[in-house]
Amino acid sequence: MRRTVAEKILALHSGEEDVTPGRIVRCPLSLVLANDITAPLAIKAMAKMGADRVFDREKVVIVCDHFTPNKDIDSAEQVKFCREFAVKMGLVNYFEGGDVGVEHALLPELGLVGPGDVIVGGDSHTCTYGGLSAFATGLGSTDIGAAMALGETWFKVPPTIKVVLTGTLAPFVGAKDLMLRLIGMLGVSGALYKALEFTGPLSAELSVEGRMTMANMAIEAGGKVGLFASDEKTVAYAAAHNRPGAPMLAADPGAVYEREVEIDATGMSPQVSCPHLPDNVRPVEELGDIVIHQSVIGSCTNGRIEDLRAAAAILKGKKAAKNVRLIVLPATPTIWKQALAEGLLEIFMDSGAIVGPPTCGPCLGGHMGILAGGERAIATTNRNFKGRMGSLDSEVYLASPAVAAASALTGVITHPAAV
Amino acid sequence: MFHGKAHKVGAHIDTDAIIPAKFLVTTDPVELGANCMSGLEPGWVDRVKKGDILVAGENFGCGSSREHAPVAILGAGIPVVAAHSFARIFYRNGFNMGLTLLEIGDGVEKIRDGDELRVDADAGVIENVTTGETIPCAPVPAFMREILKRGGLAGYVRDKLEAGA
Repeated sequence: MRRTVAEKILALHSGEEDVTPGRIVRCPLSLVLANDITAPLAIKAMAKMGADRVFDREKVVIVCDHFTPNKDIDSAEQVKFCREFAVKMGLVNYFEGGDVGVEHALLPELGLVGPGDVIVGGDSHTCTYGGLSAFATGLGSTDIGAAMALGETWFKVPPTIKVVLTGTLAPFVGAKDLMLRLIGMLGVSGALYKALEFTGPLSAELSVEGRMTMANMAIEAGGKVGLFASDEKTVAYAAAHNRPGAPMLAADPGAVYEREVEIDATGMSPQVSCPHLPDNVRPVEELGDIVIHQSVIGSCTNGRIEDLRAAAAILKGKKAAKNVRLIVLPATPTIWKQALAEGLLEIFMDSGAIVGPPTCGPCLGGHMGILAGGERAIATTNRNFKGRMGSLDSEVYLASPAVAAASALTGVITHPAAV
Repeated sequence: MFHGKAHKVGAHIDTDAIIPAKFLVTTDPVELGANCMSGLEPGWVDRVKKGDILVAGENFGCGSSREHAPVAILGAGIPVVAAHSFARIFYRNGFNMGLTLLEIGDGVEKIRDGDELRVDADAGVIENVTTGETIPCAPVPAFMREILKRGGLAGYVRDKLEAGA
């Protein structure tokens, strides 16, 4: 049987020969993840199952990243519940306080996820690791509780949509723009239940970080996973992050795809997803003068060092517009320190930015940058549902770090070439 | 084997239609069941008799990951849903909560609201007693049957852990 990347990984882990889309396979798991919102429910499900231990104390990971540093008593109680469980179970990979990073930036950095892995997480953006050629997807709390206890779960093999990336990227156009464009083409349920497999000459040119940005938002098209084949870049990234000897994984020639879509980057300008659904995507120049009150640069989508460099290149020597809150949240402690060493944090501070700790914070309307009624944000995050970042009467526009930085300077949504 | 009257709903029925968020203050199946499908039509559940069968269009259960949705359907007395297709997280949550789900594709056209159905989920056959037609579908996989037999994933895992201990 000729296999897509998703089918190949599932076949390897399940030991099943027949991984035709629609089949159900049982699969041992490389890693099970939960966060401060989803772990408490999964822990309670485990108790209901009568499970008094996790399947592997190195492979059950809890990252308390959503409301960190704890924003109120309720969130502190949730984290305390997670911590007590982690201590009782002897979890090796429990992250809180100064160790914490945004989970989907942190785990690849630490080598806890890598090419060919099968990962489930109690977080819908678990699909990020597809950028590192891992089959990774989000699940409900009972599933995560069972996965923590058993170290296995079941999957229905998804049909794969082949996404062929071609052409040449213009200056200030990158992975985020490609993904927003794709979501605009497919719609928010266009990849429902399916795997996206990114391929084509341009996919080879993207950095592993850029690939993770794209895979991260597979869920915004309804997808189960978003996968890149692994190449020299993947293997080198893995080797530099505690995962030497990672496998090369590519689809077989002649693998069967449900359909194929192509994105030709040539001539494409920066893309912006407008309120209130991620598939409401337009090129930046078509927006007109959209006044913003806040610009957020960070999150599991775009809080990596490459994103901070792109933002700093725009902001260097310039000041954010008066009455615009520019908030920069490096996604992990390592990224934070690297941005400090490279002088990026100084550039941000000089431009009038607030540089915060690694946290999911404002992306989900948690804290550290909540919008008032009538306020509008440009953000490098992944969702712009009504009320996502605060008031039900606020608006979120999604874009790349370059667009978010340029817009912070002018106070209106702006093409980075114009500043 | 299931035997009951078909209650047919359309495509893209989301979890807010199945059980609106205002009822999520409880996890009690009976309470949730009393409000099943109230986001679609208030009082919808009044037509349902225990053992009846829900028949739906494509993408049934789209939207949030709330496990209350399959619980509400079970609580309404419906043990099985036959749909053109299911949304991904609902499909998992359904079996995990002990609800039998059958994907029947275009076979859904052969069932009208109110038809009498006989469903053999293990064999993958739906018999429309009213029309005399037989609708084949993929049988529930053996592994999922194991989960259903134990009332859902929590029971399955509990038994598995006890067997291993």
